[in-house]
Amino acid sequence: MPTQAQETSVRTQIVVEAPIERAFAVFTEQFDRIKPREHNLLDVDIAESVFERREGGRIYDRGVDGSECGWARVLAYEPPNRVVFSWDISPRWQVETDLARTSEVEVRFIAETPGSTRVELEHRHLDRHGDGWQSERDGVAGEGGWPLYLQRYADLLRS
Amino acid sequence: MAYGEDGWTALGDPTRRAIFERLAEHPQAVGELAAELPVSRPAVSQHLKVLKDAGLVVDRPLGTRRIYQVDPDGVAALRAQLDRFWSQALAAYKQVVEEPPEGV
Repeated sequence: MPTQAQETSVRTQIVVEAPIERAFAVFTEQFDRIKPREHNLLDVDIAESVFERREGGRIYDRGVDGSECGWARVLAYEPPNRVVFSWDISPRWQVETDLARTSEVEVRFIAETPGSTRVELEHRHLDRHGDGWQSERDGVAGEGGWPLYLQRYADLLRS
Repeated sequence: MAYGEDGWTALGDPTRRAIFERLAEHPQAVGELAAELPVSRPAVSQHLKVLKDAGLVVDRPLGTRRIYQVDPDGVAALRAQLDRFWSQALAAYKQVVEEPPEGV
C-alpha cells in the first residue's frame, strides 16, 4: 500500500440533506455559486461560470467583456449518479493546454436515504501535472491562485 | 519524488497549517511569518523544516534572507491545497443545496 505522500489523488466527501436528484442538479446547475468569482484566469471580471451539462461539454468562465476561459472538459455526465470533468489548470493556476498534463475530478452521488445524499469527490491523477514542473520552477508561487480560492470559500462558510 | 515525512502528518499541527496557509498566499521569510503568528522565530524555523522535509515547501536565498514558498513541484503540496479546496467547496455546496427553496 503506498504511503499517503505518494498518493496522487485527493478524496473528500460530504452528506447533504437533499434527495439524490436535487443533490446532483444543484452541483451542476448552480456550480456558478460554488466557484468563487474572484478566482479568475481571465483578464476581466467574471460575469458567469458555466457548467455545460452534457458529456463533451465544458466548464468555463465568461468575462464581463464576453471573453471566455475554459478550464475543464466534462468527461462523463450521468445524472443523478456521477459526473467527471477534467482539470485543465496547472499548479501555477494557468490553463493547461497540454491535455496529457491534466488531472480529473469525479463526483459521485449516493442516496443514503430518500432525503439525504452522500457526495464523494475524487480529484485524481495529480501526478500528471508534474511533467514540466521543473521548467516553471523559478516562477512566483501562485499568488492569487489557490490561496484566493480557498479564502473565498472560507469567507463564504463563515458568513 | 521522495518525501521525508508525510504531508498530512505535517499539516496536522495547527501552527504548521497556519504557516503553510500563509505561504500559500505568498512566499515569505521566517521573520515575516514570526511577526504574523504568536510563535517565536526559532519555532517558526523548526516548523518550516518539518514542512520542507514533508515536501510541502521549498526555500531559496534572497540576499541575506531565505524565502519560503509552497513547493510548486510537489505532489504533496498540490494535494494539500486541493484537499483543502475541495473540502471547503463541498461545504459551500452543502449550504447551497440545503437552503430552503425560494418563497418558503
